[in-house]
Amino acid sequence: MGLSIAAAVGLYGISFGALAVTAGLSVAQACALSLLMFTGGSQFAFIGVVSGGGSLPAAFAASSLLGVRNAVYGVQISALLRPRRRLRPVIAHFTIDESTATALAQDDRAEQRRGFWTAGLGVYALWNLFTLVGALAGEHLGDPKAWGLDGAAVAAFLGLLWPRLRARDPIVIAVAAAFATIVTVPFVPPGIPIVIAAAVSGTIAVLHHRRPDVREAR
Amino acid sequence: MIELWWWVLAACAAAYLTKLAGYLLPEEWLDRPWVRTVSVGMTAGLLTSLVVTNTLVDGTALVLDARVAALAAAAVALWLRAPYLVVVLVGGLAAALARLAGAA
Repeated sequence: MGLSIAAAVGLYGISFGALAVTAGLSVAQACALSLLMFTGGSQFAFIGVVSGGGSLPAAFAASSLLGVRNAVYGVQISALLRPRRRLRPVIAHFTIDESTATALAQDDRAEQRRGFWTAGLGVYALWNLFTLVGALAGEHLGDPKAWGLDGAAVAAFLGLLWPRLRARDPIVIAVAAAFATIVTVPFVPPGIPIVIAAAVSGTIAVLHHRRPDVREAR
Repeated sequence: MIELWWWVLAACAAAYLTKLAGYLLPEEWLDRPWVRTVSVGMTAGLLTSLVVTNTLVDGTALVLDARVAALAAAAVALWLRAPYLVVVLVGGLAAALARLAGAA
């Protein structure tokens, strides 16, 4: 699973590079985002606000808020893999949707560790390579949408979500999160609906956790 | 251009510090069951929100375009237990074909 995620998301990097350049970033700035920020959702939020005419502080806010989930992933990975203290500044950089989802999908710790690093390093290598390719090709590619690259992003996120929807609780949370997102999109700046959906999801999870019957069923 | 560079680097720093914060929480926090429950629930919610955002949102507007075809095609592929890479390719192909057929 790790390698296929790396290949798929790496390929998606080409559209990020192209979209970043069409949004007004230089090739070096597009590459800096992929090398140093390395969290796709936040990177897309940043260039999305810039290309939509938003201010740079707004782009900063949208990308930073979208990155809040990575702190949650850090908590999960920290509990799962128990990384040594010295390794934490390194493992933190590779803590993203794909590496976390891959690690959580495995059963024993060796497989979880292998899945995390395969997905994390694989995505990093391909994401950066294809960001560069996409950025250089930016002006010549025409419209990335004509290639269906935004559709590939939709499928990539759905593929990460799908395995989590086997139990009743996550399905309830997913429906509530989708509803919260759709309802708030027209009224708040880009990126904020995702944070609101996170707050709603966390609240529902706490309420369900307090119900003893649910806890025993696990 | 210099200002854009500063904001790019500031956003990168914020993203990294956010990631690091997840690892700097006191260890005893991590062992509490509700922390696990909440973070697992929040992950499902965040991924759902990202699916919805990538499918239906354009800035602050809700739109129906070729990305809906990508979502439907990817869901069918996942239901048929296709590998992840195939799911992503199917999504991209569906959006491209929908646009060829005239979708926005």
